[in-house]
Parts: sequence; C-alpha cells; structure tokens
Amino acid sequence: MVPFIACLLLFLLGLYAIVLKRNIIKIIIGFSLMEYAVNLLFAFIGFKQGAIAPIITRLGMTQDFVDPLPQALVLTSIVIGLATTALMLAFAMRIYEKYHTFDITEIRRLRG
Amino acid sequence: MLPLFIIVPLCGAFLIPLLSRLWKGLADVVGNLVGAVLVGFAVYGVAALAGGSLPAVYAMGGWMPPVGIVLVYDSLTALVVLITNLVGFPALLFSTRYLDQYTGRWKYYSLFMLLLAGLNGVALSGDMFNMFVFIEIAAIASYALVAFGTRAEELESGFKYMVMGEVGSLLILLSVAMLYAHTSTLNMADMARVLQAGGLTPLSWFVLATMLVGFSIKMAMMPFHSWLPDAHLSAPAPVSAMLSGVFIKVLGVYAMSRVVFNVFGLTRSVAPQFFNLLVGLGLLSIIAASLLAINQKDYKRLLAYSTVSQVGYIVLGLGIGNYWAIVGALFHVLSHAVTKGLLFLASRSIERQTGTREIGNLGGLERNMPVTSWSYVLGSLSMSGVPPFAGFFSKLFIIVGAVEARMYWPAIVAGLFSVLTLGYLLKVINNVLFVNRDRNSSLVREAPAPILVALVMLTALALAFGLGFRPVLDWIVNPAAKVLTIPLTYAQMVLGG
Repeated sequence: MVPFIACLLLFLLGLYAIVLKRNIIKIIIGFSLMEYAVNLLFAFIGFKQGAIAPIITRLGMTQDFVDPLPQALVLTSIVIGLATTALMLAFAMRIYEKYHTFDITEIRRLRG
Repeated sequence: MLPLFIIVPLCGAFLIPLLSRLWKGLADVVGNLVGAVLVGFAVYGVAALAGGSLPAVYAMGGWMPPVGIVLVYDSLTALVVLITNLVGFPALLFSTRYLDQYTGRWKYYSLFMLLLAGLNGVALSGDMFNMFVFIEIAAIASYALVAFGTRAEELESGFKYMVMGEVGSLLILLSVAMLYAHTSTLNMADMARVLQAGGLTPLSWFVLATMLVGFSIKMAMMPFHSWLPDAHLSAPAPVSAMLSGVFIKVLGVYAMSRVVFNVFGLTRSVAPQFFNLLVGLGLLSIIAASLLAINQKDYKRLLAYSTVSQVGYIVLGLGIGNYWAIVGALFHVLSHAVTKGLLFLASRSIERQTGTREIGNLGGLERNMPVTSWSYVLGSLSMSGVPPFAGFFSKLFIIVGAVEARMYWPAIVAGLFSVLTLGYLLKVINNVLFVNRDRNSSLVREAPAPILVALVMLTALALAFGLGFRPVLDWIVNPAAKVLTIPLTYAQMVLGG
C-alpha cells in the first residue's frame, strides 16, 4: 500500500507545482513529476515480491515472473512523455523569445 | 479495412515531408487526397455496417482478444469516424488557401494528418492503453497546430492548452493504470466482463472520477473550459473547426461514453448519482457558457463559448441517460460537428477578407460576400435549433428524453438556452452581415474558390442531416444509441458469445 500512496503523493506534488508555480520551467518540472508518478505506479502494479525478470531462458521454469505488460506500457508512456516534455520546452523557449520572461503572470495578452 | 482508417493518414503524415521536397504543392495534393479517401472509407463503413457485411472486429497481428490489441468498428465508432472525416476534408480543402499566410505548409499538413490518425484511432481502438496512445497522438498534434502561427498570443494559448490538456491526459493514464491493476486486462470488452463480475467497488468509483475529470478537460466542460476559448481563437481556422467540431467530441464525449457505458456498464438505474452529476455539469456548461458568449466582442471567441455550451447539451443528453436523450446527444454530436465546423470556417473567411475579428468594426458584408454570409446564416440557424435543420432534431430529442425522464427543469433550461443561442448568433449575423452597410467599403471581396467549396459542402451537410433526419436516424444514430443503451452488447460483440 505504501508505494501506491507515495505515487499518489508524487502525483499531487506535480499537480501542486503546475497549479501554483509561476515559472514556466517549474510548471514543466511539475508536469514531469506527475508523469513519473504514473509511470512508477505502472511499475508497482506489475511488481511481485521475490519474482524475477520476465525473461524465459528455458521451458518449464517454475519461478514467478513480474508482470511484463506494465513494463511495456511504461516504455510507451515514457516515449510519449518525452515528446510532450520536448514540445513544452519548445513552447517555453519560443515564449521566452516573445515575452522575455518565464513568469506566467506576465504572459497575459489574451483575456476573457 | 479497419486499420486503413489509421494507416492512410499516418502514411500521409510521413509522405508529405518527403514529397514536398520535390514540389511544394504536393503537400496540398496529398493532404486533400487523404482527406477525400478517408471520407470515402467512412461513408463506405457506414453503408457496410448497415448492410452487415463489414467485419466489426480486427485483431492486430492476428493476436486474438483478449490478449491481442483489437480495433472495433461498431455503430458508435462509425458515427464518430464519419464526423471526423466529414469535417476533416472540408477543413483540409479550406487549408489550401488559408496557408498562404504561413510558411512551412508541409509541417501543417503533416500535423493535420497525425491529428486525423489519432482521432480515427481513438474511435476505433478496442484496447484501453491503445486508446490513450491515440489520444496523445491527436492531442500532441493539436497542441502544435494551435500554436502554428508562433505569434506571442498563439504560443501563450498553445502553452496554456498544452498544460491543461496534458494534466487531463495524465489523469486518464492514471485511471488506465488503476483499471489495469483492478481487472488485469487492457481489452475494453474483457474489462467490461471483469467489472461486471466484480460489481462496483470504491476503487471503480475513484477510477470513474479520475476519468471524468480527465475527459472533462478534453471536452472543455464548464469548470475545465478555460483552455478552449483561447485555443480556438489562436488556432488556424481549419484547426479550430476540427478542435471544436471533432476533437473535443472524439477525445471527450466518445471516449467518456465508451468507458462509462460500455466498459463500466453503467446505466441510470445502476448509478443515478453519476448520471445526475453529468446532468449538473451539462446544465452548468449550457447556462454559464451561453451567458459568457453574449458579451463577447470578438466573433471567434463568441463561437468558442458557444461550443462549450453546445457540448453541455451533449453531456446533458448522456446524463439523462434514457434512449431518446442519448439519441439526441449523438445526433447533436453529428449536427454540432458539421455546423460548428462551418461557422468557424465562415468566420475565418470573413476575417481573411476584412482583417478584423471585432463585431463592432464590421457591417453589411452580405452584399460583398454572399456565399460566406449565407452559409454563416444557415449554420447559425442550425446551431440554434431552427426546425428544418439538424440542430433542431438533436435538441428536440434531448428535450423529449428529459421530459420522458420527468426532468422538467433540465428540459426547460435546454429549450430556453437554445433561444439564447439564437440570440447571440443573431447578434453576429445582424451586426456583421446585414446592418451598417456603410461601415465597410466595397473593397471587401468574396473569399477564393476552395474556401467557398468547403463552406458550401458543410452547409449542404447541415441541411442534409436536417432534411434527411429519418435516414440519418435509422442508419447512423439509432444503432449508435443502441450500443450505449444496451451496455453489455459491446463485450459480447468483441469477444463473441
């Protein structure tokens, strides 16, 4: 149970950074934290005490494997996370070029 | 047949950068070709499904469900794929002339193709995680497209949209992880069976709540709507049309109703609280967004708020949850996709020819831009539910459903705010198109041909869905509503037996 609660806390920590931080880079870090929390949750879901990595070396092995499916999912979601983080950082760079600040309270040309 | 909906736009996305090295115009040609082909597929798919000749389940790589990843093509998917491509093609056609002001034509088309691939993929996927991946493909493409102009405002709204959208995506991913932990399967049909056998536990309510928030962000329900007006304002017009007409419906409405009705197997009698929550959210969106729309001075922002309120109608219909209300909600998905796509394209056509978005600066455009003006008028009438148009029938069915469920207040609100919709759209029509003819010199010209073709195409669709509502109901909407109202048929169809 403890690892799951830790994941949730990490998730909420990231959400806190996104909602309350004013610096764009910190928001992106918060976003990465949330993403890692979910990935970690996936890894914990597949985890099993005392089991080995799911590599079949010979038929008829009797040892327990950890669940390999969440690991495959985590790989996919890490790649997606890479793409989104890269795009966010690209946004941050272009925004800095236009506004000369990372402070979101000063980046307000749209209203309503 | 089924993978082609995803493969064709994906191939287009990768071919366009390569081919446009040979000749720049090839980007337009390939992009529009893919759009046209996809419309053909979607129409063929609907016809084949009606004739019963299409295999509804495709196992990727021959791995059978529940182990393998499946693509599922049932009536609900058919409806969603149809609107995606019916709006996608005119939007692509519109783009050919719209892009004259930008450089990097092939980048735009590539991203647009990825958006189409993602949207079709979300609709077709029968696997929970796969659906998330397609949601991300569509979403990332849309973030980049919203900020395509890379001016300061566009970057600002793009970043805002991206942060909100990604929080939504992560909430969806979190709930997918918890669902997998709960059911030990990712196949939606298999998941439905496990969830049915286990009943609703506190964990499933937590998952539902997380999903509801995630999808609400994607579909811009009222407490989570703040990204939408800015994003629609800054995005290139064909992208606004796609975002408002299709994106929020596929990623929000479709994905949510698939999960709620088919995976969790919820109906109003099982979980009245959840459905009342949907009704509440729907009403909040209808009321607040309509009131916000009235005061807008910018006609594109007005349309964006109108989208929030119209999505409220769809969620209201789903929340009422009886047969007619769901028919109405799905019909509204169809009619709103076409008409809002039309209105965004028409308003961009006005902006392109006059160079302003302020309602107060325009007037009397009807004389110089007849095609744009009249398609705007017809689109507005359909949007606000004037009888011969598609919008009338969808709202009628939602109200009929509400009365049938003895929910009189939602019915009254839905009717009343439909009139308000007409009110704020008439404000635009009257000020921009008809009165104050002296405000604009006769220099304003009608938009170029591809733009007009796209507008006429969407107007014709809005009219056709209204005048031919009987066949549309029989072939497209009723079967799709049956998928949602009899929740467990989905699992049976996919897994057999």
